[in-house]
Amino acid sequence: MSALGNRIAAARAQDRAALIAYLPVGYPTVDESIAAMVAAVEGGADVIEIGIPYSDPGMDGPVIQEAVDAAVRAGVGMRDVLRAVAAVAAAGAVPVVMSYWNPIERYGVERFAADLAAAGGAGAITPDLIPDEAAGWLAAAEEHDLDRVFLVAPSSTDARLRSTTAACRGFVYAASTMGVTGTRATVGDAAEALVVRTREAAPGLAVCVGLGVSNGSQAAEVAGFADGVIVGSAYVREMLEGRGADGVRALSEDLAKGVRA
Amino acid sequence: MTTTSPPQPGELSLPARPGWPDRTGHFGVFGGRFVPEALIAALDELTEAYEAMRVDPAFLAEFARLQRDYTGRPSPVTEVPKFAEHCGGARVLLKREDLNHTGSHKINNVLGQALLTKRIGKQRVIAETGAGQHGVATATAAALMGLSCTVYMGEEDTRRQALNVARMRLLGAEVVPVTTGSRTLKDAINEAFRDWVTNVETTNYVFGTVAGPHPFPAMVRDFQRVIGDEARGQVLEREGRLPDAVLACVGGGSNAIGIFTAFVPDDGVRLIGLEAGGDGVDTGRHAATITGGTPGVLHGARSYLLQDDNGQTVESHSISAGLDYPGVGPEHSYLHDIGRAEYRAITDAEAMEAFALLCRTEGIIPAIESAHALAGVMKLGREVGGRGAGGRGDEPALLLVNLSGRGDKDVETASRWFGLGDREEVDPGPGLDTDQNPTEGAVSNDEAVAGPDAGEEL
Repeated sequence: MSALGNRIAAARAQDRAALIAYLPVGYPTVDESIAAMVAAVEGGADVIEIGIPYSDPGMDGPVIQEAVDAAVRAGVGMRDVLRAVAAVAAAGAVPVVMSYWNPIERYGVERFAADLAAAGGAGAITPDLIPDEAAGWLAAAEEHDLDRVFLVAPSSTDARLRSTTAACRGFVYAASTMGVTGTRATVGDAAEALVVRTREAAPGLAVCVGLGVSNGSQAAEVAGFADGVIVGSAYVREMLEGRGADGVRALSEDLAKGVRA
Repeated sequence: MTTTSPPQPGELSLPARPGWPDRTGHFGVFGGRFVPEALIAALDELTEAYEAMRVDPAFLAEFARLQRDYTGRPSPVTEVPKFAEHCGGARVLLKREDLNHTGSHKINNVLGQALLTKRIGKQRVIAETGAGQHGVATATAAALMGLSCTVYMGEEDTRRQALNVARMRLLGAEVVPVTTGSRTLKDAINEAFRDWVTNVETTNYVFGTVAGPHPFPAMVRDFQRVIGDEARGQVLEREGRLPDAVLACVGGGSNAIGIFTAFVPDDGVRLIGLEAGGDGVDTGRHAATITGGTPGVLHGARSYLLQDDNGQTVESHSISAGLDYPGVGPEHSYLHDIGRAEYRAITDAEAMEAFALLCRTEGIIPAIESAHALAGVMKLGREVGGRGAGGRGDEPALLLVNLSGRGDKDVETASRWFGLGDREEVDPGPGLDTDQNPTEGAVSNDEAVAGPDAGEEL
């Protein structure tokens, strides 16, 4: 069974999209970041993407870079990440780890899968790991019954949409635009076209859309064609600008209305 | 020695490629592609276009013409007997990549990638640069071929290498100082990848070294292997035998792969890569990735890298901006693990000693990067001394060093290190100048002979 798949299906049963919130562990501190994740759940997030800070986040824009850079310098590690996973699970949302590949490889793929499962984590999203390179992770995830979420992009060929979605469990992450993370004024038609193509490649798999969504009306727009709405930089901005857990909770409430519109 | 029949008309005479990487870019467990899905289509397009281009006679003719008429290839091999007096009795030959147009081996690769950019119909190139040599070479090729060019360079490096920033701007390139992370080469690469993923429809990424995701390590190797292909022939022709060892500095490792590749099948030839040891590998302040690092994933490939227990990239340190990189090309990791090449660390002080020695003894100012290879040959020469032919012979060892670049860009750094500038104006960096011991044959402040005294007995 897939914890992510079940939660997204439950949202669909309520005739709405799931709300997926990203926050990195360790900004401004580990405790404050965990409190913010719990606040995101209280505000209405179904799934928390728990970001593992990384020194070279090649897919992230300036907002997320600024937060994770501070966390990296503070020495945030997998123990802190697993604590966040347990806290999010206790708060009632589904925790999924979001990590560039090297921190997981360094920790040990098998050890990561075992510890993540033990902490109550659903699985992992791996933005720079394509299924072609993921044999070790797929085996470990299978053994520990974890979800694995890979990305598709507007530039993905139909053949790659098929092979990538075939390796996914839980959902597939559709990167809405060609570019890095960050809030955008519009999400763009490319996202909807990609969702349509991805559904054709994998009719049974949930498709969640990330990159660029920052407010309730954008969330409503994406919820009109996707199974889940992923919001990252807008949450991180609440932390960077000092509004902390309260700001995160308020943003979740706004977005939660959006996915129900 | 093997003999080959002369190529027949219409027949391609491409040198044999090593048996690696595999079709998906793996050198054993190293290499591969660790990038966002959004870049896969562009990497596939590059791979396909490159595989077609590299056996296209029209491309090969154009590439050969540019190398000859624009770069000035073949570069000569120079024997340096006065320098070799400090190398334990060995003979030392330099492959003179410093004499190429733009002053280093980097031009070999960018001309190939610029031709590929035109072939896939893109109008804009981006590049990362550390010391600025690859940025200058890319800006040069872009000017030559009418491409728009943006170069990412760590803010720290734009200060260390201000001359090269000016050169790139003169050549019409936009230089973007990168202010994220450690503000050096690794962050410039991150920023270039972010640009590429955003602008991939119009833009080609001209990667500067044998690192990064497939196909860059194999493609850059193919464009750089001309160094070793030429040098092997030149040494055979003049000496009637192969060198006992081939030495090159290793940052990302493109000049080293360039000179190693032709010699990889020659089992009797030692291949030695010299990494930047900074203040010393045991101090933790270095850029000796294979000597002091562990396998992991950085910038799109699995290879050795400098990382901490959390898998975070550790900042590297070297006096040489071009070697100041915490990663290394995956083929070097592979050559290390299969035991075909050796990797050693050279400290800043050892490199600067060799730098000064070559200037003084041979009238050649090397890049500080290349000075690491010169320091390596001084050490190796003292180890093997007069025992050539792998230590079995009775003639002097014959050692071939890739002099990958010239040192004009490093004159300010060297002035500061040796205290040669106006002392009032000089702001010595940590560890520089005052704690240096005078070196045999090296320049020091009070030994320079004033013009009116030249030629007089002192």
